[in-house]
Amino acid sequence: MTATIEPTKGGFGTRMLRKEDPKLLTGENKFIDDIKAPGQLWMGMVRSQFAHATINSIDTSGAESMPGVHSVLTGAQLAEMGLWQAPLPCAWPVTEDMVNPPHYPVAISEAKHVGDIVAVVLCSDRYGVADAVEQVVVDYTPLPAVVNLEDAVDGKAMAHSDLETNKAFHWPLDPNPEGTAAAFANAAHVVKARFVQQRLIPMPMEPRGCLAVPSPAGGEIVFYSATQIPHILKIMIAATSGIPENKIRVIAPSVGGGFGGKLNVDADALLAVTLANHIGLPVRWTEQRSEGAGASHQGRGQIQHVEAAADENGKVTAIKVHLDADMGAYMMLITPGVPLLGSFLYTGVYDIPNLSFSCDGHFTNLTPTDAYRGAGRPEASYAIERIMDMMAHKIGIAPEEIRSRNYINGGEHFENFDAASTLTFDSGHYKPAHDRALELADMAGLRSEQARRRDAGETKQLGIGMCTYVEICGLAPSRALGGLNYGAGGWEHATVRLLPTGKVEVVSGSTPHGQGHETAWAQIIAEKMGIDPNDVEVLHSDTALSPLGLDTYGSRSLAVGGVAIAMAADKVVDKAKLIAAHQFEASPEDIEFVNGSFSVAGTPTKSVHIQELGFAAFTAHDLPDGMEPNLQEQVNFDPPNFAFPFGTHVAVVEIDIETGGVELINYIGVDDCGIQVNPLIVEGQVHGGIVQGAAQALFEEAVYDENGNITNPSLMDYLVPSTMEMPNITLDSTVTPSTTNPLGVKGVGEAGTIGSAAAVINAVCDGLSPYGVTDIKMPATPQRIWNAINAGSTGGAA
Amino acid sequence: MQVSMTVNGDSHSRDVEPRTLLVHHIREGVGLTGTNIGCDTSSCGACTVHVGGQSVKSCTMLAVQAEGESITTIEGLAETARADGIATGEQNWHPMQEAFQQCHALQCGYCTPGMVMAATSFLKENPTPTEAEIREGLEGNLCRCTGYHNIVKAVQSAAEGAS
Repeated sequence: MTATIEPTKGGFGTRMLRKEDPKLLTGENKFIDDIKAPGQLWMGMVRSQFAHATINSIDTSGAESMPGVHSVLTGAQLAEMGLWQAPLPCAWPVTEDMVNPPHYPVAISEAKHVGDIVAVVLCSDRYGVADAVEQVVVDYTPLPAVVNLEDAVDGKAMAHSDLETNKAFHWPLDPNPEGTAAAFANAAHVVKARFVQQRLIPMPMEPRGCLAVPSPAGGEIVFYSATQIPHILKIMIAATSGIPENKIRVIAPSVGGGFGGKLNVDADALLAVTLANHIGLPVRWTEQRSEGAGASHQGRGQIQHVEAAADENGKVTAIKVHLDADMGAYMMLITPGVPLLGSFLYTGVYDIPNLSFSCDGHFTNLTPTDAYRGAGRPEASYAIERIMDMMAHKIGIAPEEIRSRNYINGGEHFENFDAASTLTFDSGHYKPAHDRALELADMAGLRSEQARRRDAGETKQLGIGMCTYVEICGLAPSRALGGLNYGAGGWEHATVRLLPTGKVEVVSGSTPHGQGHETAWAQIIAEKMGIDPNDVEVLHSDTALSPLGLDTYGSRSLAVGGVAIAMAADKVVDKAKLIAAHQFEASPEDIEFVNGSFSVAGTPTKSVHIQELGFAAFTAHDLPDGMEPNLQEQVNFDPPNFAFPFGTHVAVVEIDIETGGVELINYIGVDDCGIQVNPLIVEGQVHGGIVQGAAQALFEEAVYDENGNITNPSLMDYLVPSTMEMPNITLDSTVTPSTTNPLGVKGVGEAGTIGSAAAVINAVCDGLSPYGVTDIKMPATPQRIWNAINAGSTGGAA
Repeated sequence: MQVSMTVNGDSHSRDVEPRTLLVHHIREGVGLTGTNIGCDTSSCGACTVHVGGQSVKSCTMLAVQAEGESITTIEGLAETARADGIATGEQNWHPMQEAFQQCHALQCGYCTPGMVMAATSFLKENPTPTEAEIREGLEGNLCRCTGYHNIVKAVQSAAEGAS
């Protein structure tokens, strides 16, 4: 016990090095492919080579005679075996009348996209299973296929033969149609645009994979999966397979990135778990990279029809949006909900009084779409930020000027702003981030250099683009999700346990895959309890250790899960205070708690550190009357609102007007995610997010041919940026605390991606404006840029 | 076929199928799972190891082609460095591993072993690189999390520490 209390290390704002790193840097940790079970069988999938075809017959005899092959099973056989209690789940039927044809893990009579599973092989050897898959002979009759979104909208063919339409749903958000109509009728300026959000492949560096280990006598099954959502997966396995939920344990080991790509209940995972359960042997599966590109799910896949109305001063008065969204062949976990997540953001950071939005979801014979970093919100941010630039261009004012004229509350600080979308923005203060980004970019200097190059007729021209984004994160208030017909809540669980020896265990229902939760959660304990973060262990991603949780996506971990931890820590401190008061024979009201130590007010020499009380709570020899032993508290936090982080980004591109080559030469981001727990981690999230958005702008697209084959499924052809494509990134931040939660935190996992695609395309269009180019399709490849320069106008964007 | 090689200083002699990739041999035969597999086209570099001191994508090589070779994986990097007279500090890490943590050059950590192996080999060839040279040197290793900014910083910092 000491009279001088040192401030605890590692609290909020500390750039603490990550606790996760030592195991990752030395190869000690275990990813899914590093885990083995004795007697395991390798699973391999026979996948459709046609976008749409009738399956006439499947000859499995050749494969069955291969060495090590355990069994080869077709969809029809699996159905007969009674493995499925229900089809693959879609947790988000967005309308009552949404069309959702049953989707089983293995197609029975009709394949609906290239990559659809038509048979499954189990074999004792990793290489042997690939050999056996090659020997399965499937006789198909090709059917007319819908291989792009435009054809789906036009109804040129039917993606599902038994349906009379490709349209799955119509979802409107139109709180005040008269207001929108009046705004357009009275507008001084109207801008219309059609933007294409191309399909993207999430491509986490670790491919998907799983291992199901059954216990035939006991009836339990342990399912290891490279998943973002072990808790949701457990429920969905029970619902689809009929294995009792209490017999299922799901463990996500170290997960090598997700970006939404591991936020699903995949056919492959369900096959592994149900087959292992049926045959009583462990079943494992590791995806090949080129297999996963077309067989898992992809992101985006939308056509956006956007109109903006403005008065004579450039004050935008209404936004009208219609989306056509490509569902792909099937509704996966949240496929139909993804475009709707963006619906609320089409007015961006602006005080635009009217929003009319609608979305039609359409089936195609392509890979299903679902969440990819940002999920609906990057698309919305892109649309509003592009149309603001187009409006500025039309009126003849600078991009920063039209933004300044339209920011909520003039760019000054606000709390609880009711947006036209019906959501309430928790807090914002857009001008400081805007000003700082322009200052860091040296906007005046850039414009003068741009003018110089234009005057000199140089080959390499500059383009400067900006974007002020806002995102919805901290998913989500359970009641709001209920209102959107989503099939689960949005709360998060935490337990904080002070152990007898003074160390701490935090049990969290959020499930990291690179975000650094073990470090950040330990810092929350440091901040709240005055305990060294190195004394804290975080237990997560195993449904036996952490039975309650709703997992990690939608920039929710800190804003929901972290808040739950802080609240549970507060409850532990409150209880410990009663023990301290009892030991000091003082009234609890007289006890002070500073940097982890309890003392009696006015008697600072008499103090006890909270870690010293763990043993007293454990022995329970002398606790206050009626107090339960142990210091362990839990919280299930359901946020009252979303959180709305924001920021201003500036992108600078250099365009070779002779070749169309484009290079991103500088990028500045000033982001505001509220109170920061660990700025080092925040910066890392923003860096990576920016690069993923910039990659959508310039490089990435899942390209399908006229037969519905993906032409670039490998990392050789699908252009994930390397070190050579990205510049250094200059970051700064402002801090506007959230009013949604007691920590004032927002979220930052998706922010970079939500800001950067628009900033980069605004830069490209700015660079091309002397050539009459007003828009360009993503990805803005050299060929598209060259065509635009030489054709002018939209360069084929519309 | 019988294949013998030294991995992180220990000799391993095993029977393998002729078509076994070196990376599968290291992971499943030798049992060292720190080296990861991220693709099927030799594009991502997650499987980078040192063969005879040079960085190699271990999915581009058959195990039998490594007959008699000396191989270093992420698990043996620090040990091998110490044998070469490089100080491995308090944590017994190669300075590049330390620089990666200090600069927050990893998030999910899946590309990290390959990235660290590629970076250490690169610095051996070019101990005082410019930023542009670092970017060029690591072009064959993909990372989806960090945007490379902090990876480049880590390699710069390791180079400065060594010079």
